[in-house]
Amino acid sequence: MRINPRHTQKGAVIILGGATILVLLILAFIIIFILEKGLPVVNLQFLSSKPRDLGRAGGIFPTIIGTIILPVVALLIATPLGVFTSVYLSEYTKETTLTKVIRFGTDCLAGIPSIIFGLFGYIFFVITLQMGWSILAGSLTLAVMVLPTIIRTSEEAIRAVPKVYREVSFSLGASGWQTVKKVILPNALPGIVTGVMLSIGRSIGETAAVIFTAGSSLRIPTTAFDSVRTMAVHFYILAREGISQENAYGTAATLIIAVLIINLTAYWLMNRFIARRG
Amino acid sequence: MANTMAEIKNKMRVEGLDLYYGKFHALTSVSMPVQENKITALIGPSGCGKSTLLRCLNRMNDLIPGTKVTGQVMLDDQDIYGQAMEVTDLRKRVGMVFQRPNPFPLSIYENVVYGLKVAGFRNRKMMDEVAERSLKGAWMWDYVKDKLDQSALELPLDQQQRLCIARLLAIEPEVILMDEPCSALDPIATMKVEELMLELAKNYTIVIVTHNMQQASRVSDYTGYMLLGKMIEFNDTRVIFTKPKEKLTEEYISGKYG
Repeated sequence: MRINPRHTQKGAVIILGGATILVLLILAFIIIFILEKGLPVVNLQFLSSKPRDLGRAGGIFPTIIGTIILPVVALLIATPLGVFTSVYLSEYTKETTLTKVIRFGTDCLAGIPSIIFGLFGYIFFVITLQMGWSILAGSLTLAVMVLPTIIRTSEEAIRAVPKVYREVSFSLGASGWQTVKKVILPNALPGIVTGVMLSIGRSIGETAAVIFTAGSSLRIPTTAFDSVRTMAVHFYILAREGISQENAYGTAATLIIAVLIINLTAYWLMNRFIARRG
Repeated sequence: MANTMAEIKNKMRVEGLDLYYGKFHALTSVSMPVQENKITALIGPSGCGKSTLLRCLNRMNDLIPGTKVTGQVMLDDQDIYGQAMEVTDLRKRVGMVFQRPNPFPLSIYENVVYGLKVAGFRNRKMMDEVAERSLKGAWMWDYVKDKLDQSALELPLDQQQRLCIARLLAIEPEVILMDEPCSALDPIATMKVEELMLELAKNYTIVIVTHNMQQASRVSDYTGYMLLGKMIEFNDTRVIFTKPKEKLTEEYISGKYG
């Protein structure tokens, strides 16, 4: 017996819509759960004062500094490196076995667990290069960790720029680099920004790669060679060592809100850029 | 006498040109003159190599990996495939209008001055003048003069194509290559672009590839008929369309083929 297409259509809508609603519910549950437990602790005092007694009391100010500075330095290093690499791979090289191997390699690197990067950073940056547990070592490790993501998302964005734009640009006497600068990068920007945003999100939430390389000092850093603790690491230590559940959730709530603000700001900036170009 | 001398001046000359895409032999010893301030049309069925030949004239085929070219293409007295020819300079002298209107996703003004900017010009006043002159040259100044900052993508298709012509005029090319420039336009817009071509031919040398035989007979002075990568016949447009020498040409013109 054939099933009436109208019934299968109805079934499809229920399954597809149901999946979406379920996903949204799970997300909403997690966020509400953490905010509900964490927000009562969060106030100006909590955000602006130093932790006391290993974090049992006091605020989380130094970890906010750490959470800002590590990803910022990491992205300042990784973004230009990654974008330049992706431009070179997609615009300046012919498709050969070598480029395929490079692409396969970056895909593999993107899938490696972050703790491996943490161990690498510990052995290479902290020990071999004698950086110690420091902002520098932590940022470099994070940069290495997000580089594959930035390269691959940028490359996809660059490949998605219509081929005719390149042809027209060349036909008007532009050089390869002028075409990249004036046509390809501006048109690929939304995709590149998406990759950078993903990377910021991963860096901010990262614990394994950071705890081995930036350490977990609760002091406010003054140089690039000082150790810092990020909010994610702080949360991990507070919860793991059973120091303070309340402050752990407070930290988590702050982290979630921070990520939300960063994402909203980035999309707002990008939309403004697109609107300005027309 | 001076007049006849000027009339037979070759702006470009293709001599024994062979082109391979990898192993595919796309053009076989093609020769053709391109006369100054005239319109030369290339006709033939799909895949005959007419667009490929057109793209040899400003080396756009260089962008396709695996392309190999032998033979000569002379611009004035210089081989454009020779060592001394800088390809960016060549493309400023031999410009191109593409099949589909393809303005950049920028404002109308930024589209027109793109070629100037990549050539290193920064003087705003001079660029304003060139933009106005180019848009007038493409017969669209009155239509766009009040909305130069608007996105070019919001223009109707035929105005977009004219903008592409204006963008090209801004870099003052000597030769304009047109690759089926009207195939995305309706008949009225096509007629306008054809009129524009006749006007442009007073100052520029034009080579046009077209699917449309009527278009070739309406606008061109010379016509080349191509088939399977070979130039079957090249002559005065009148001769090609009234008494072609080759049987293959006649079959195509009369609609028995293609």
